Amino acid sequence: MARDAEMRRRHFLSVAGAALTGAALDAWPQTFQPPQDIAPLIAKITGGATSVRSGVEIELPALAENGNSVPMRIKVASPMSDADHVKAIYILAERNPRPLLATFHLGSHSGRAEIATRVRLAGTQRVTVLAELSGGRFVHGVADVLVTSAACLDESTMGT
Amino acid sequence: MIGRLQAPASVRHGEAFEVRVLMQHTMETGFRRDLNGKAIPMNIIDKVTCRFAGIEVFSAELGSGIAANPYLAFFVTADASGELVVEWSDDRGERGRSSAKIEVR
Repeated sequence: MARDAEMRRRHFLSVAGAALTGAALDAWPQTFQPPQDIAPLIAKITGGATSVRSGVEIELPALAENGNSVPMRIKVASPMSDADHVKAIYILAERNPRPLLATFHLGSHSGRAEIATRVRLAGTQRVTVLAELSGGRFVHGVADVLVTSAACLDESTMGT
Repeated sequence: MIGRLQAPASVRHGEAFEVRVLMQHTMETGFRRDLNGKAIPMNIIDKVTCRFAGIEVFSAELGSGIAANPYLAFFVTADASGELVVEWSDDRGERGRSSAKIEVR
């Protein structure tokens, strides 16, 4: 009898535990998450075209103390002429809950393919910058950044 | 909405000059909760456009991964004097606008 009760208690605990974990994950999508595969997202942007890793320079601090605001500068090597220019720049962060941080649209009248902004980063990760060139070609560059205090995390869910 | 636009007052013909924009906005991600545990709805500046003399020269679609009080710097070239206008709008439909006169030497 006692053993039976113990078994039921264990069963209840395991089921309740699983349910709670599931509920918590649903309710708090901002909890610390592992890097996700951003290849499908890149494929969606490029439309299946392959991207070459060249010509994209990313200025990002190697160590960012606060992930809520990380300064970032992107330079893409391009003559920015009517025939050959950067059409768009995409910033992708593999560990953010929404990996596509921003899209910038440029043209030949930009004169220089250079953008600066401040981003939020949810943890230490690799940031990918994808540039779409006129003529449908794609180039990309990557930068690794160590984030000591991540953005997107609610203090109450962080644990101590 | 309040924002600040910084651009040189006079530039040389065809030379690329840097335009810097700073917008005042909380950029709510939608992941945060208030003191009662209620989710704060997402509200971000999702669209920024820059026009020079009526022609669109730059535009950006921002996500929740852009820091609060978004800062943007980009380059523009000018062939003739004109007005540089930067406009933005957030998820609630609120708009902001900032402009600067640019003289081409």
